Amino acid sequence: MSDPPPTPLLTLRGIGKSFLGVRVLDGVDLDVAPGEVHAVVGENGAGKSTLMKIVSGGYAPDGGTVEFAGEPRTFRGPRDAQRAGVGIIHQEFNLLPERTVAENVYLGHEPVRRGLVDRREMLERTRRLLDSIGETALPADARVGQLGVAQQQVVEIAKALALDARLLIMDEPTAALADHEVELLYGLVRRLQERGIGLLYVSHRLKEVFDLSSRITVLKDGRRVTTVDTADTSADELVRHMVGRELSSYYPDRAAPEDRGPVRLNLRDVGNRKLRDVNLQLRAGEVLGIGGLQGSGRSALARAIFGVSPFTTGDVTLDDRPVRLRSPRTAMRAGIAYVTEDRKGEGIVGRQSVLDNALLASRAVFAARSGRAARTVRVRELLAAVEVRGAGDDQEIRFLSGGNQQKVVLARWLALNPRILLFDEPTRGIDVGAKSAIHDLVRRLARDGAAVLMISSDLPELLGMSDRIVVMRDGHVAGELPAGATEEEVVALAVGTTREMAQ
Amino acid sequence: MQTVQRRTLPLRLPRVRPGGLLPILAILAVLVVLVGIRQPDFLSPPSLMSFLGRSAPIILLAAGQYFVIVSGEFDLSVGSLVTAQVVVAARLIDGDPARTWPVVLLLLAFGAFVGLVNGLITTRLRVPSFITTLGMFLILVGAVYLWSDGAPKGGLSEEFRRFGRRAFEDVPLLGRVPYALLVLLALAVVAVLLMRSDFGRTLVAVGDNPRTAELSGVRVWRTRTIAFILSGLAAAFAAILLGGYSGVSFQAGAGLEFGAITAVVLGGVALGGGRGSVVGAMLGALTLELLFALMNFYGVSGALRSTVQGAIILLAVAVSATRSSSR
Repeated sequence: MSDPPPTPLLTLRGIGKSFLGVRVLDGVDLDVAPGEVHAVVGENGAGKSTLMKIVSGGYAPDGGTVEFAGEPRTFRGPRDAQRAGVGIIHQEFNLLPERTVAENVYLGHEPVRRGLVDRREMLERTRRLLDSIGETALPADARVGQLGVAQQQVVEIAKALALDARLLIMDEPTAALADHEVELLYGLVRRLQERGIGLLYVSHRLKEVFDLSSRITVLKDGRRVTTVDTADTSADELVRHMVGRELSSYYPDRAAPEDRGPVRLNLRDVGNRKLRDVNLQLRAGEVLGIGGLQGSGRSALARAIFGVSPFTTGDVTLDDRPVRLRSPRTAMRAGIAYVTEDRKGEGIVGRQSVLDNALLASRAVFAARSGRAARTVRVRELLAAVEVRGAGDDQEIRFLSGGNQQKVVLARWLALNPRILLFDEPTRGIDVGAKSAIHDLVRRLARDGAAVLMISSDLPELLGMSDRIVVMRDGHVAGELPAGATEEEVVALAVGTTREMAQ
Repeated sequence: MQTVQRRTLPLRLPRVRPGGLLPILAILAVLVVLVGIRQPDFLSPPSLMSFLGRSAPIILLAAGQYFVIVSGEFDLSVGSLVTAQVVVAARLIDGDPARTWPVVLLLLAFGAFVGLVNGLITTRLRVPSFITTLGMFLILVGAVYLWSDGAPKGGLSEEFRRFGRRAFEDVPLLGRVPYALLVLLALAVVAVLLMRSDFGRTLVAVGDNPRTAELSGVRVWRTRTIAFILSGLAAAFAAILLGGYSGVSFQAGAGLEFGAITAVVLGGVALGGGRGSVVGAMLGALTLELLFALMNFYGVSGALRSTVQGAIILLAVAVSATRSSSR
């Protein structure tokens, strides 16, 4: 198993890709043999998705070569790649819920007799196809909308096979599956292997990677760190490959133990559709970092606290008083502020002025509290204090840089004197200068007695800013780390290494 | 960041901000000149005053429509609402002057109620406003026919009609000042003040990005529902003026909803919300009326009115769409 077989199905050499001048892939090599499961792992933003899109024809690479079945190819689009024999199973399925399994499998290339769709032939072929991958229990004439997630995934796979796919890309295939369904997927993957189909398996979950793959490629910051035989490596070693970069930037000093105040927000066994049994205490004066992979429940936690999609179970107390945070308004009244991850979609009102954006929350919730003129003066002062640069207060906010937009959003919340601030990726897409300005601001707020919860995918930022770090995985708290933890420790908790899974 | 300051000079020169008033003022000026060339009498104070008085209903409807459109919705029900109001007023008043003021209050309440229903169905039941208000349009048309057995009954009192047809006569300089114009000016001031208030700024923000507004504590459903209520109220005022001016018929409000939407779009307000001013919308209505007057002077068939409206909507939206996508 250790030597790659002589004729690989897919060979990538030196693949590079940039978006708007940002290099997201750089010189990536990778190959997949027929019948091999080749896993691709890496942190958020390591370039996995981009690489998969290049293989499946979604993007054209800027550099490097793609060889498929022995000949160099440049796919002109997803359909071109499909015709060549590359299938991709996305996390989100592309199925028509009101159509049958057979209609979905043969969508766009239905068997035709005398100009009409030959339904009987289509059903028969679908049945044979499903039989051949051992899915005899799945009726070809069932409506897809009535099937469970796992069965819908089978339909997606059958769809790819109906196009004679020889290489299948699976992007986080187990993300939507329940535990017992994962076992079924394992069986299916093995039967696909027996048919000589090569699989590129992208997953955050190291357990699956170890259970299924024969080789593993680790990506980091758009580069291939290494490719190892699964049999020769360990979860700890993989995690070490996934992290590790120089901690060059400056971060403000952390809170001294005596600066930490009483518990502001206390979550006991809270949960909702995306979270379960979360226990968390947030203290005045501290910056609590929340780590974890995308979809691990980090944002869901912030959104639940802020009342966007509230907790359905458990108890929340704020300054020792029980509260129910049913909506953003109730959360705001309780002194909570939330800086969202999606600045353009949820943070700013693009075509309104800087001042209107900064006043938005005050106007909506505390309209009658103080004089309008005094309030405007105060917000202008706040805008000056957070140092929004290069723009008048009357300029439309969409013309500002990301960093300045974020400062305006901050001013909006500071106008309410919040006692608890929730930051979701506060520095994503922001230039370095504005980034450290926001770091300073966050720390200053904590020093002034606010309780800060900060979600970040940027590990150096998370480690540099946090007084404590809580790592989330699959909707619950995977563990807590003190200040001074290492990137390895965070990632190990986030992906769940084998050692921990034995518990 | 320093480079930005150098750019402020060219930024300050053209005040042609999207959603600004300059384009509509320019169009209006061109039309005034064209009218002046063809029919100089039209620009004499008395004739101009009556023109403004006649235009008051559509300008009010445009202001009402503006609130709804800038919040990201549509109100197609205003035309049939105006018809319903006029017919209801005629039957309830039935020529009795004593009933004038109670009926005026009732009409306002009726308009607000229709707006409330439109708003709640759109925001709480999540029916697209295009469908909600189209449904309301049909419901009102049918209800009015049913209620009046196919022909308008009763009649408006002279006290009711004076709002739409009477004027202060012998005013120095201006000649005559229609009551309708004064009603319009008073309501226009209210509309402008409203748009400068917290509510007004929040309304535009809701139209621009409802997600952000919601996450900043705005009750988006409530804000939009109030916009529909304002549109219903505007329709009630328009109906009172129109009933007085042109009398009672099932055609009293026909087509006014599209006239109002055309006017709003012409005034630089973005369909889909988030941009444009209420003054622009009202100037748009005035421009539209002036355009129709001009067509009349040049002997263009009145049958072309709806064609012209349709062309204006398509053109204005296309222009704003290409402008925003070329950025």
